[in-house]
Amino acid sequence: MVELFSETVLSLVYLIAAILFIQGLRDMTHPRTAVRGNLTSAAGMFVAVGATVLWFDILRPEVLLGGLVVGATLGVGLSTTVEMTEMPQLVGLFNGLGGGASALVAGAEVFQLGTVNGGAIPAEVGTAAAASGIVGAVTFTGSMVAAGKLHGVVTGSAIRYTGEHVVKAVLLLVAVLSGVYMIVQPDVLAGVLQGSMVPSYWLLIVAASVLGVMLVIPIGGADMPVVISLLNAYSGLAAAGTGFVLGNSALIIAGTLVGAAGIILTVIMCESMNRSLANVLFGGFGEAAASSEEMDEIYEGNITETSPEELDMLLDTAGRVVIVPGYGMAVAQAQHAVAELAELLDEDDVEVEFGIHPVAGRMPGHMNVLLAEADVPYDKMKELEEVNPTFAQTDVVIVIGSNDVVNPLANTDDSSPIAGMPVLNVAEAGTVVVNKRSLSPGFSGIPNPLFAEDNCLMLFGDGQETMQEVVSQYKESH
Amino acid sequence: MSEIVTYLTFFVLAAFLGYSVITKIPATLHTPLMSGSNAITGITLVGAVVVAGSSSSTLATALGFLAVVMATVNVVGGYMVSHFMLSDFHGGGD
Repeated sequence: MVELFSETVLSLVYLIAAILFIQGLRDMTHPRTAVRGNLTSAAGMFVAVGATVLWFDILRPEVLLGGLVVGATLGVGLSTTVEMTEMPQLVGLFNGLGGGASALVAGAEVFQLGTVNGGAIPAEVGTAAAASGIVGAVTFTGSMVAAGKLHGVVTGSAIRYTGEHVVKAVLLLVAVLSGVYMIVQPDVLAGVLQGSMVPSYWLLIVAASVLGVMLVIPIGGADMPVVISLLNAYSGLAAAGTGFVLGNSALIIAGTLVGAAGIILTVIMCESMNRSLANVLFGGFGEAAASSEEMDEIYEGNITETSPEELDMLLDTAGRVVIVPGYGMAVAQAQHAVAELAELLDEDDVEVEFGIHPVAGRMPGHMNVLLAEADVPYDKMKELEEVNPTFAQTDVVIVIGSNDVVNPLANTDDSSPIAGMPVLNVAEAGTVVVNKRSLSPGFSGIPNPLFAEDNCLMLFGDGQETMQEVVSQYKESH
Repeated sequence: MSEIVTYLTFFVLAAFLGYSVITKIPATLHTPLMSGSNAITGITLVGAVVVAGSSSSTLATALGFLAVVMATVNVVGGYMVSHFMLSDFHGGGD
């Protein structure tokens, strides 16, 4: 099918594609070069796919062309209509499609080898296909559930049931045994039922697909940054596995790069919550919801309410302001109002920065993307370690739609579900104004003693409306 | 068998390279990193092209077609949303 010369040239082209991917990722280390990096990476993809189309003896160009056109149309359509706030679910969806495609390609190759060529599948190819199939199918259905949770189609709360872990273990066992059967079966049955190795691949796919659903369903919406980045790693590993099946270096290298990216982000997310990956995946979080007595004890008589007018007066005398955004800002679509306020302050020579917790939002870096969309300059977005030492010199902190990441219990209460989690120590600032719709606890289900602190004022209301009021107050008085 | 060793070598080296490059990416760019790396997963499109275009069996062709569609959505959509997000990042010295 392929001449030797072509294969050598094709391998060199894949090498060039791999270099472009790596250079593209390297350029993502700074916003100044990141756009170029993304284009470099896309060029790598174009080169790899284009060369493959040209070099292989295409029997059915109409099938291939049709698939490319349909896929490209869907991809362009989805990415041009998405709102920035919907980005987590779209990334989750794309991710799932990549994983699913890898599982299908591995399956098609196994089918080709096992039935059409009539030969046995080499053990290493079978192993790679089984691995790629399991990981790819888990990625596909897991990502669909995660995207569904983020989009509000599937409930965001954790769905748990008795025997959950047994069900998952059985499904994994069925998938693995199907894979083993697929590999050893020609020897075991001396070729009598060779064709049945293909149904065993489908059994593997079905079991792994159900497993993907079962793995993600019990995880709550606020743990989605971890789940999304883990699934990202899986999709890369599935592609690498398919690379082993096809003997294709481009798939192995590119898939592994993505696997590394996903694993690193997953580790960062887990460290930012001071939790293990096992705890995120299998443990419950926020199950021990605070009793109302406990809440009353902390909050009763200690809550001071404030108004946009009062916040405006505070800002009047402030020299340094830090804004701490959370998921509530995304839900209320308040990023534009917040950015406008920051710009007004900046124009009046007030030092203003954003303090961003790594797990704020629904995917890694979610807040940064929303703020960037609202034209907040990159150098005003500060990470936790950078901003924490500055709170003592900060006059006003505005916390908007954020709860657990500013909860001092993380530092003071060892029995708290968030004990040891690095938090933004906003109470060290002169005054803290918290914009929230109510005193209801955040994802962790525990009360926040910050709200009862002497220097903390509660600004109740919808994030967008409240921030717009603050902006118009500020404009009026200046 | 030596082929599989070569591929394992690619795998291990790419893992180390990926680790050293990706740990340098700041938290601010983690969402675009994720969608960009996500788009790279679409490299499985290369495999899908091979299977869809060169299979002689109908089932493999059908699977390949579906895989081409899914992987193309991943590639095209992934690079586009990354581009939109990255174009929003201002400042930092440019």
